[in-house]
Amino acid sequence: MNNYLISGSPHIHGGESTKKIMYSVIIALMPAFLFSIYYFGFNAVRVTLISVAACVLTEWLIQKYLLKGECTIGDGSAIITGMLLAFNLPSNIPAWMIIVGSIVAIGIGKMSFGGLGNNPFNPALVGRVFMLISFPVAMTTWPTPNPIFSNAVTDAITGPTVLGYIQEGLAKGIPANELTIYENIEQFIYSGSLGEIGSIAIIIGGIFLIFRKVIDWQTPVIIIATVGIISTVCWLIDPTQFVHPMIHIFGGGLMLGAFFMATDMATSPMTMKGKIVFSIGVGALTIIIRLWGAYPEGMSFAILIMNAFVPLINKACKPKRFGNNPVK
Amino acid sequence: MNDILLYSLIVLGVLGGILAIILYIVAQKFKVEENPLIDEVEGVLSGANCGGCGFAGCRAFAEACVKSAHDKNNISGLVCTSSDMSKVAGVLGLTAEAAEPKIAVVRCNGTCENAPKKTHYEGADICAFAHTLYAGGSGCPNACLGLGDCVKKCAFDAIHIDKEKGIAVVDEDKCVGCGTCTKACPRGVIEIRPKGKNNRRIYVSCVNIEKGAIAMKNCKVSCIGCQKCLKECPFEAIEMRGTLAYINPDKCKQCRKCVDVCPRGSILAVNFPPRKPKVELTESVNNESKE
Amino acid sequence: MNPKKTFSKGGVHPEENKLSSDKPIITFPVPKQVIIPLGQCLGAPAEAIVKKGDEVKVGQLIGTAKGFISANVHSSVSGKVIKIDEVMDHTGYRKPAIFIDVEGDEWLEGIDTSDKLVGEITLSREEIINRVKDHGIVGMGGATFPTNVKLSIPKDKKADFVIINAAECEPYLTCDNRLLLEKSHEFLVGVKILMKAVNAPKAIIGIEVNKLEAATLIDNIIKGDEYYHGIEVQPLQTKYPQGGEKQLIKACTGREVPSGKLPIETGCVVVNVASTYAIYEAVQKNKPLISRVVTVTGKSVKDPSNFMVRIGTSSMELINAVGGLPENTTNIINGGPMMGKSVSVNEFPVIKGTSGILMITDKEAQPRQVSNCLRCGKCVSACPMGLEPYLLCRLSKNNMFEDTEINRIMDCIECGSCEFTCPANIPLLDYIRYGKNKTGQLIRSRNQK
Repeated sequence: MNNYLISGSPHIHGGESTKKIMYSVIIALMPAFLFSIYYFGFNAVRVTLISVAACVLTEWLIQKYLLKGECTIGDGSAIITGMLLAFNLPSNIPAWMIIVGSIVAIGIGKMSFGGLGNNPFNPALVGRVFMLISFPVAMTTWPTPNPIFSNAVTDAITGPTVLGYIQEGLAKGIPANELTIYENIEQFIYSGSLGEIGSIAIIIGGIFLIFRKVIDWQTPVIIIATVGIISTVCWLIDPTQFVHPMIHIFGGGLMLGAFFMATDMATSPMTMKGKIVFSIGVGALTIIIRLWGAYPEGMSFAILIMNAFVPLINKACKPKRFGNNPVK
Repeated sequence: MNDILLYSLIVLGVLGGILAIILYIVAQKFKVEENPLIDEVEGVLSGANCGGCGFAGCRAFAEACVKSAHDKNNISGLVCTSSDMSKVAGVLGLTAEAAEPKIAVVRCNGTCENAPKKTHYEGADICAFAHTLYAGGSGCPNACLGLGDCVKKCAFDAIHIDKEKGIAVVDEDKCVGCGTCTKACPRGVIEIRPKGKNNRRIYVSCVNIEKGAIAMKNCKVSCIGCQKCLKECPFEAIEMRGTLAYINPDKCKQCRKCVDVCPRGSILAVNFPPRKPKVELTESVNNESKE
Repeated sequence: MNPKKTFSKGGVHPEENKLSSDKPIITFPVPKQVIIPLGQCLGAPAEAIVKKGDEVKVGQLIGTAKGFISANVHSSVSGKVIKIDEVMDHTGYRKPAIFIDVEGDEWLEGIDTSDKLVGEITLSREEIINRVKDHGIVGMGGATFPTNVKLSIPKDKKADFVIINAAECEPYLTCDNRLLLEKSHEFLVGVKILMKAVNAPKAIIGIEVNKLEAATLIDNIIKGDEYYHGIEVQPLQTKYPQGGEKQLIKACTGREVPSGKLPIETGCVVVNVASTYAIYEAVQKNKPLISRVVTVTGKSVKDPSNFMVRIGTSSMELINAVGGLPENTTNIINGGPMMGKSVSVNEFPVIKGTSGILMITDKEAQPRQVSNCLRCGKCVSACPMGLEPYLLCRLSKNNMFEDTEINRIMDCIECGSCEFTCPANIPLLDYIRYGKNKTGQLIRSRNQK
């Protein structure tokens, strides 16, 4: 007698798997990674490798010794968390800080809720925000990029990111349109964390994910559009108080956040309607924090705040039912 | 400075006093008269809210106990575990009636060995669903499916799926005989039976209603309705339900004659001391239950 | 032809695998013995009216319908009833059936066995519906709902359209496609009969564009003959579940069947291709439903084929006819891969609802490495009914059936699109089916009160 398999229909599967999705995201992060190596040299590799290794190890240890359950580090989600965390860090940050951040990201941000899919907040951002608050100096001292093929000898020089520079300038009372930023745009636009510098590389990765149907195009586009619209309106009203919108769109972590963090499956809403609400929220909060908040960069806070609303959004934004009649 | 302190103290003190008076009045006005015995009874119950007694939970059961004790001066007809019942009786100042303790019995012995699987199931771990999908791995349409609907429902952690056997096994020490598992089982495999003297029980460990020849093919220990036990039993404790023998626990005197005579080994005698050479089966069951 | 249309939301696109689409229908030889189950339709099984030792002829009534939703059963062969006993159906449960040993092939008088096309419809509306009922015709797409019940339109309703479900959106299956190609005229007369039966001025034949040959052929016949006026071919996008009743109505007419209502609410009557052909045979040729086209296929099958099979033929004979059971078969499906049912035994009788026998290879069999729900929302976007499968699954798992009802679990058409796309491989549909069953019980018990 054959030992037939009995299962409920459907009997075939589309072939998509958690693993495939996760590795697609890793591939999509590669252009940005290469870009950061180009700009920060060996330090970029160091930060990324330490972060990934610490994340994977933390997850493995927790699964093996605390949860004593099945080991699922093979699905690649810890690698993504590690990479995203690394992309949020300055390249000269000490190794022990990266490790602490990784442990918080995986241990508190992800595993304490039950692992992949159960975390309400994006683990990489939990790690980043934890580090930003715990090590404010190390986290906001950005080395000026030192492209490996350029001759510049600038490895000792550190400077603020473009958004940080603007905020400082405005605080001193310098009108926005007179900030030196427009002349020295080259120097500023590539200053920041690993992942903040390569907007083009991130967009390439994002487009790959959109074609791979891992993420929807709506989320990043709406976030960027919201930021763009609000900052344009402000800039038009008062160019002395607000900088050019392009600086907000291409500066800071907006691209990385819009393509890779706001689209994180576990922490974004399920329905398209919900995703639109979520994206508008992220975009609006980002620009509000940037323009009027205490921090120069608001992307991570905006995403974390909106993450907290996801269960509510899921409840409120139901898909359009077929045969639109209420239950009787 | 002192003025401020004094002033604050007076204001707060007066405010506190007024609020306390309001609270007292409200508490007196809306006081719900409740017999303190209910709390006491509830205290001695397990608090599992299993629903086995037929009430919504332990609280409701406690209320019913107190009411019954008040109205009729007894608590007969109310069922919980015997130890809990005696505690309840103690609280209420009554003598506990010797209600017969009961236990859940999985009436299927279709282990992987006895009833080899011909198909394997993959999908949701819900017996009720698998039941609609196919007749079961062995082909027996009445056998335990081993996906654990009973396990999920048991409030006492008293029933588990034995991984090697592939069927549900009751933990005798933990089971209180509440009957939740019987309702959870889509195939009616589990029966609530009296625990028996010295914890000894004899029962037909099979519920299949197939014809003998088919039942024989599906499972090595299936009841085939040969009625040998029926003829053997000196106490008329065995009745036929269709093609299935059933031992009436009220009439059974635990002589174990049926166990010896059953050609299929589908009648199990549990917790009996091993008898000399004859019955290996009893022994094996005995050992298993101890483990 | 009209431009291509589709339903509004959700859906997936499984690999089509129509391996047998160019294999002509082969009339399968009459077997030595047939086992005709009495329960071949949704609803109550029929009651046997023959007994052991009776001689029966082809087309003779052997089981009468019991209850409103039930269908007659006819003998598909001539011979002797050897016993009325239980037989294992595809699920492994035993169901009552009539065993007949075949002797010769003698047809009941009054049945037209010739191939001649009879175009003129002489019967009246009521006569047609009665004929459909007497001849035991059921929905042959798999649901096996008695067709006469579908055709008996309530007095306060009016049918605007007859919609023929020729989408055949299930991968692998080709039986409807072959019927359209080989019995086009008979099929179209069947459509005319249906239009007369429900008094509908128009009929739409919905065909997925992967069957363009059949669609073009039917379209040309309709255009070339005034007799078929009112029938229209509607090409549909190749997308699963295009053949779902509600999706098909949406695609063909733009109307949406309200939640919890029948298609007649929107003035549509949906009938399957095979059933339409069976209705033609019943009405014009007086031939009961005793045979059907079955696709026997699979990736490793030597010779995937379409057979015209007598009801009650053993599945094993069909499998042997296509070159035997391939070595790497992990499961056999009765029906298509998306909605068909797993089979526990090799040998089960072909019944009215058996549209295909599919042998799934070990490579295709669904990988069951279940992981955590990623909350990716793929199931939500795949659901053609606009439900949230992940939520229904979770609520069912936790036995929260009031909530499943609010989230409209009863709207689920069990198409399996959600489970098909799920990257975490969660058996979503298993849980939803369980929840649906329990929620149904809850609603029924509440209605009784």
